[in-house]
Amino acid sequence: AMLRTSLRQVSVALKEGRVTPTELCQRCLALIKSTKFLNAYITVAEETALKQAEESEERYKRGQPLGILDGIPIAVKDNFNTAGIETTCASNMLKGYISPYNATVVQKLLDQGAVLLGKTNLDEFAMGSGSTDGVFGPVRNPWSYSRQYREKSVPKSHSEDKDFNWVITGGSSGGSAAAVSSFTCFAALGSDTGGSTRNPAAHCGVVGLKPTYGLISRHGLIPLVNSMDVPGILTRCVDDAAVLLGSLAGHDPKDSTTVQDNFKPFELPNLTDVSKLSIGIPKEYHTPGLSSEILALWSKAADLFKNAGAKVVEVSLPHTRYSIVCYHVLCTAEVASNMARFDGLEYGHRSDMKESTESMYAATRREGFNDVVRGRILSGNYFLLKENYEKYFVKAQKVRRLIANDFVKVFRSGVDILLTPTTLSDAAPYMEFIQEDNRTRSAQDDILTQAANMAGLPAINVPSALSERGLPVGLQFIGRSFQEKQLLTVAKWFEKQVQFPMIQLEEVKRHDNDVFQHQKSASFS
Amino acid sequence: QKVSVEVLDHLEHLALVDFRDSEGVERLQKAIQFADQLHEVNTDGVEPMVSVLEDRCLYLREDDVTEGNCTKELLENAREKVEEYFVAPPGNIPLPKLEERDIFLQGS
Repeated sequence: AMLRTSLRQVSVALKEGRVTPTELCQRCLALIKSTKFLNAYITVAEETALKQAEESEERYKRGQPLGILDGIPIAVKDNFNTAGIETTCASNMLKGYISPYNATVVQKLLDQGAVLLGKTNLDEFAMGSGSTDGVFGPVRNPWSYSRQYREKSVPKSHSEDKDFNWVITGGSSGGSAAAVSSFTCFAALGSDTGGSTRNPAAHCGVVGLKPTYGLISRHGLIPLVNSMDVPGILTRCVDDAAVLLGSLAGHDPKDSTTVQDNFKPFELPNLTDVSKLSIGIPKEYHTPGLSSEILALWSKAADLFKNAGAKVVEVSLPHTRYSIVCYHVLCTAEVASNMARFDGLEYGHRSDMKESTESMYAATRREGFNDVVRGRILSGNYFLLKENYEKYFVKAQKVRRLIANDFVKVFRSGVDILLTPTTLSDAAPYMEFIQEDNRTRSAQDDILTQAANMAGLPAINVPSALSERGLPVGLQFIGRSFQEKQLLTVAKWFEKQVQFPMIQLEEVKRHDNDVFQHQKSASFS
Repeated sequence: QKVSVEVLDHLEHLALVDFRDSEGVERLQKAIQFADQLHEVNTDGVEPMVSVLEDRCLYLREDDVTEGNCTKELLENAREKVEEYFVAPPGNIPLPKLEERDIFLQGS
């Protein structure tokens, strides 16, 4: 059961010597091997991980661990630069690319002794909401193999049939979400531009935190939309997310978009009295396409707060429905710019075409990018044409301000936290998901998460219940800028109330037969 | 309003990425249609928002050299190099005109 504990619990176990960093690392690596069918990892850095674990063990032996993260196995989405370890962004453009430096967030984790197990799978260049469009294939949601899902399936499946109607993880940080959900690591880094951390968190039943824009450094995170990207945190419980946040947040001289405010890591209090809280329920989030199950869950959650004494009010964010259109224009425009760096000259794939510089660039990009990426680049360039610039790009920037102002007004009216669904429904089966193209899917799936990126606000997915199909459904809390402590405190309270069940995976049970039998708890809180 | 072949060709030149097939062009058409919804919003008197951090001063540091001397690392990932240069094919040669290209757009 050691692998199924929370990060904080296993950290205590390391400190008390009940398990060693190398044992922990080996167990995780073994589990990664036996859950290979999930395709959550693109690269497993076995040698370096074991080395890091050994060094951690030395520190524990000397009684000098670096902190709570020392020896903790973690995974990182493959769009973060990692020195000496391949960084691909799940694209042919960067296959074989070995970065000369670590992203700031990766460096911070390593400096605190964390053990980097590997790089996780994603949609190519983080464009997508399914983690299905990368060159290494789609990621499978671990819940596809859970007893909870299989029990509800008709016809009853053979437990050995790995291809049985498996469901997607959501995206684009699907690999990271799957890795945390299947217990192969205790925390993972994702990225969030339109919901890419919260969406897979909801589908995989894990906590997904999108911090305030400017709180965590983007240095080394291969950029998609510079004005919206943030590193995301995926963990099994809210307390663990607070730990990660504490080690990652803060000004970085290498990222001029990080704020200079002094950030103080915090421990979350155990909130007992919610009577001073005002929870806002934005009515526009009751959108067509929202499943009746999730609507009911959302309602139940609102009642939970009400019955506990909190003030629960309906609020309005009138420009919500334009958020996705606005995002579409701003995202493609920024992508058109950001993807211009991939020309084959300095790094990454290079075509054999030698006729001219331009033809080499064009051929390299044709060979290196998938349809989704190319489509966004072309759309972005269209919106940036001189004749379209005001009509589309500047217009979208104006609409962005309206969306951001909606939130300002609501928070100014006394609301502390907003409560919304995270996704429209539980995870779709892969065969169903791929019937629609990437852009349509993204437009549908990002609808509830995107506005928080538009406004730069912190938001978190908390796993809340299982759907009728036995799959996780999460709810989202959105907070005020830089008020992560309040956001996480409320999220932690809610997590405790809902007691989300632990996934029952046969693979993990087989690996976890160890002496430490004490954990029979059904959840992490 | 379909996008003209001239504009499509122009986009391919700007983006250095090709539409590849009719699906690619359809994708753009749909993207434009989708984006047109923006015009339903009244933005009179609204300033464009470039960054959510617009109320803060951008961080500036002292103009001191704190890192560098990493030529070797930077060259390592390049496929074609000579001494300390990245090597590119000859420049100043424009891409072939639409009529000369044996690609999809020719047929539209």
